[in-house]
Amino acid sequence: MEKEKQLAAVTVDPALCRPVDRSRLDTDQIVRPSVSYWAGVWRRLKQDKLAIFCASLLAVLILLAIFAPLFSPYRYDQTDLLSGNLPPSMEHWFGTDSAGRDMWTRVWVGARVSLAVGFIGAILPFVIGMFVGSVAGWFGGWIDMLIMRVIDIGLCIPSMIYVILILVYFGGGPQAIIIALAVMNWMGPARGYRGRILQFKNREFTLAAETLGATPMRIIYRHILPNILGNIVVSLTSFVPAAIFMEASLAFIGLGIAPPMTSLGQLASDGAGMYRTHFYQFIIPSLVISLIIFAFFMLGNCLRDALDPQLRDEMSTSALRKRRRAEQLAKSRKGAAK
Amino acid sequence: MAKEWFLLRKYILQRLVISVVTLWLIVTVCFFLLRLLPGNPFASTTLMTQETLDRMMAYYGLDQPLWKQYLTYMGNLLKGDFGYSLKYAGRSVNYVIASTFPVSAQLGLQALAFGIPTGLLLGILAAKLRGRAADAGINVFVIICTAVPTFIIAALLQYFLALKLELFPVAQWKSFAYTILPTICLSLGTVSGYARSMRTLMLEVDRQDFLKTAKAKGLGPARIVVFHQIRNAIIPMITNLGTEIAGMLMGSYVIEKIFSIPGMGAYFVDSINGLDYTMVMGLVIFQAVIVIGANFVVDLLYGVIDPRIRVR
Repeated sequence: MEKEKQLAAVTVDPALCRPVDRSRLDTDQIVRPSVSYWAGVWRRLKQDKLAIFCASLLAVLILLAIFAPLFSPYRYDQTDLLSGNLPPSMEHWFGTDSAGRDMWTRVWVGARVSLAVGFIGAILPFVIGMFVGSVAGWFGGWIDMLIMRVIDIGLCIPSMIYVILILVYFGGGPQAIIIALAVMNWMGPARGYRGRILQFKNREFTLAAETLGATPMRIIYRHILPNILGNIVVSLTSFVPAAIFMEASLAFIGLGIAPPMTSLGQLASDGAGMYRTHFYQFIIPSLVISLIIFAFFMLGNCLRDALDPQLRDEMSTSALRKRRRAEQLAKSRKGAAK
Repeated sequence: MAKEWFLLRKYILQRLVISVVTLWLIVTVCFFLLRLLPGNPFASTTLMTQETLDRMMAYYGLDQPLWKQYLTYMGNLLKGDFGYSLKYAGRSVNYVIASTFPVSAQLGLQALAFGIPTGLLLGILAAKLRGRAADAGINVFVIICTAVPTFIIAALLQYFLALKLELFPVAQWKSFAYTILPTICLSLGTVSGYARSMRTLMLEVDRQDFLKTAKAKGLGPARIVVFHQIRNAIIPMITNLGTEIAGMLMGSYVIEKIFSIPGMGAYFVDSINGLDYTMVMGLVIFQAVIVIGANFVVDLLYGVIDPRIRVR
């Protein structure tokens, strides 16, 4: 009733309702700058509080890993048998280990190794897998058959055998672990990437490029890759924490990095042996490694949401919570209006 | 009916041939890979003269050319004989498998029996209570299980539950009470994995047309969830079940080491480190047979659960 009264009160100035002079209007002009796919992703990522939090956490951890050992008065392999197994104090922030080495320095040197192993150990098998998978998917036929059978059998052979083989051949350094991770993990991405190539192989734009005489490599990298780049980035972000995790497990089995060099996994598994007497030697490296894996993992999740906003609306709990709150608010307003 | 049966038999035969060829390839590759490792099985035993070493090598036939060793091994294998351990004199590989496998298998089956239903339940709960506190709690639990390496969780649980609170025995393998803590630790990965994928799949099924049909038919919410949503969400998860069961049966070295459990996982890593050729080969073959067999059974099961696949 009130509404109608209000509507009746509105007077419309007929001068405002004249048609626009079309001759002076350039409809083809683009007023706003076009937002590219990656710019959009970046904009959405910036708005995600969790993503910002994880990225800053990760940045702090990486900076500490780079600079903490540089500014430490101790070297990571400097032993001092008189001050072994000291609890955390002002002199040794994270205490010392059984050989009197400063844990603060060792933890961050270990973090360097773990991060390097995580990054390179994730990217290397991924690149290998992508290359092999695209060859298998694109050329098909007997090459495909051969590669897929090799992968089937490779997945059945216990990885422990060739991991030990590689570690024995290359020594116990970080590069040996990276090679071991590469040999262990290239098969999954190869399988996945092959499927993706098959999916795009018969599409019109691929056919057009082929007709124009583009080489297979060009088609794969110029035409197919951009279509699945988002997917690749997401799985790559889940590969980094997985590589760090795997390195830690290998260290626990005794297939880790040879001392005095160390990694977070190595420190945690050394500490796990003496947690009854020196709990800090176990819990500190464990916390740092868990934080690194957690930050990477959550950042990967946020990146997935940013890459595919539609998925986010379906899946993400935070978006849903917002929607639920809005609904409740609307309901309560309705109730109040009554 | 007869035609279907014929097709099924053909399918089974086909799979059987592929499985046997795969198994043979695995055995061959492993055999030669192991020999690539430098050193010999007796090198760790110090105080051994060259003469004794030569005699040991001759006794176990390791002085023969590699292809001859391979043929001998394959011949024995066909008779079901895995040979003797090179490390523990007089202990046959068959005996070791027979004594350690039941331990690992019990642990693995308990972990699966606890982990899969718990994971599924958590996933269903999270999907049904989407966006509420319970969902967030389950999410946090899943993230912790993914972010913290297994041995750290296991050591922490052992420290707090067994040492401090004395709820469980700390380690070893004597009675059921000893199996509880390792079972929980081993199943955490399963629980979190199943919870996460079940949640995603439940939400995916939620949008399908057949659910609308079921609602339109006037079915109750409980009936829809149990008979339509869960049943359809579970199908994609069966694919990995074979490998998963096989992996769990083999035992986890990490868990077995922490709780000093006399299982297969511990034997496996130790015998690779000690270059116990026959022992490693025996365990690899046993493991491969279980993996291949489990996948075979799962493929058949697929047809039972999803009628759409049976027709082909």
